[in-house]
Amino acid sequence: MPVLELDNVTAAYGKAEVLHGIGLKVEPGGAVGILGANGAGKTTTLRAVSGMVKTGGQVTFNGRKITGLRPDQVAGLGISHVPQGRGTLARLSVRDNLLVGAYRRKDSRGVAVDLEHYFELFPQLAARRNNLAAALSGGEQQLLAIGRAFMSKPELMLLDEPSLGLAPSTAQGVYEAIAELRRHSGLSMVVVEQNAALAFSIVEEAIVLETGHVALAGTRDELMGMDAIREAYLGG
Amino acid sequence: MDSIFLQLVVDGLANGAIYAALALAIVLVHRATGMINFAQGAMAVMSTFLAWSMWQVGLPAPVAILVTIVISMVMGAAVERLVIRRFEQGSEHTAVIVTVGLLVLFTGLAGLFWGYTAVEFPSLFPLGTLNIAGAFVSYQSLGNIAVLLLVVLGLQLLFKKTKLGLALRAVADNPESSSLSGIPVGNLLMVGWGLAAALGALAGALIAPKVFLDPHMLDQVLVYALAAAILGGLNSPLGAVVAAMLIGVVENLAGHYITIIGDDLKIAVPLIAMFIILLVRPQGLFGQKEVVRV
Repeated sequence: MPVLELDNVTAAYGKAEVLHGIGLKVEPGGAVGILGANGAGKTTTLRAVSGMVKTGGQVTFNGRKITGLRPDQVAGLGISHVPQGRGTLARLSVRDNLLVGAYRRKDSRGVAVDLEHYFELFPQLAARRNNLAAALSGGEQQLLAIGRAFMSKPELMLLDEPSLGLAPSTAQGVYEAIAELRRHSGLSMVVVEQNAALAFSIVEEAIVLETGHVALAGTRDELMGMDAIREAYLGG
Repeated sequence: MDSIFLQLVVDGLANGAIYAALALAIVLVHRATGMINFAQGAMAVMSTFLAWSMWQVGLPAPVAILVTIVISMVMGAAVERLVIRRFEQGSEHTAVIVTVGLLVLFTGLAGLFWGYTAVEFPSLFPLGTLNIAGAFVSYQSLGNIAVLLLVVLGLQLLFKKTKLGLALRAVADNPESSSLSGIPVGNLLMVGWGLAAALGALAGALIAPKVFLDPHMLDQVLVYALAAAILGGLNSPLGAVVAAMLIGVVENLAGHYITIIGDDLKIAVPLIAMFIILLVRPQGLFGQKEVVRV
């Protein structure tokens, strides 16, 4: 059974429908990319999963229908969403941001262990654990946002353009961190990206959205073999 | 130091304690929900009248006040759930204007139910004064200050040391992002309003014995309390109390020593202080400077 399945999902902001029937499947432990240009509906697809937008069709998580649930309920089931723009809690300390991620967990000892584990992986954040999140650089904030999602011990992580606004080398570092976390935890992922090369450093398969439709779908090798993809998303 | 000066300072601190009580409720709501509730004073007046009614029918004052605090918590939560929640999705300004509407509504309701004649409210503390180095200070003022310090301590513990406090701060900072971590944002906003209303009820019960109780009891105090909350940095309970005391003292001294101000222009003092301090420190005395990086 897939971890996540989207079947004919539509979504609308007010009366304007922006997704017109999206299909997507994530197998346990798998990572799927959502590629496409600005305005194609990538972010909205993630928001539809998290219950942040009026949604039609069916979203199922481990076989359970989750369409119509509130964002906090979806998060409670084990789906962690790192929103576009990181959603950092700017006026909270680095440590508190991570603890907010663990809000739903009851095992306070496990939370403490995971917190230390995270700080071992990211020493530059460990050194600033008591600083306000607003004082971090863009790359550090992205690592913090991912860490916050990780602290909830999710089964599925939704990442919305982790490279947005970062210098290429910083974005590279963020993707290496994501790959590292995935190796450690074996969680499933959906990664929204404009930069296909970065996305393919993690995901094994992807869909390409165009104005609210799935234009293409396939494995990494299939998609990277297509001239259209290379020209549009990989810089020729 | 002459004894008039000392007495003015002591009286200023006692007045400051009154402003601080309401300022704490304003800070609490701001810290827990990110907005300013202009109806905080009017809600507190309703609560105080409720306690007064219970006292009138024979309940001991401390019991009446405790019961009122609990009822106010429920009422505060209800105001959020039934009224404010409808405006939380829109612009922040809309919700703030709605609280101005609530201020008028609750003041009117208090007048409708209890009338506009000022009534006496029982003090929790014994009558009488203490002589400290030549200045007289009432047990009531000392009691007020002690209660306030306990409240400040309690709020610091709540926000810094508890999971509820962490969640309240997260929701105030970024509700949408908080919900993605599984925090039920609506429930927490309700809790924030409930706690602030409970604190407002306590503030009303502390203030009423000094100024008599009528529907407009807190109108002027609200001006001072808002000034104190803003001067203190809006998010800092301790900052609000220190700022309130400062306003109380400065107001008293200015009223006495600067003849043009006198008693009539005293209310301008906190506003002038607010203007000057915010020019120099826009984040308030104890507030955190907002640093935003992209």
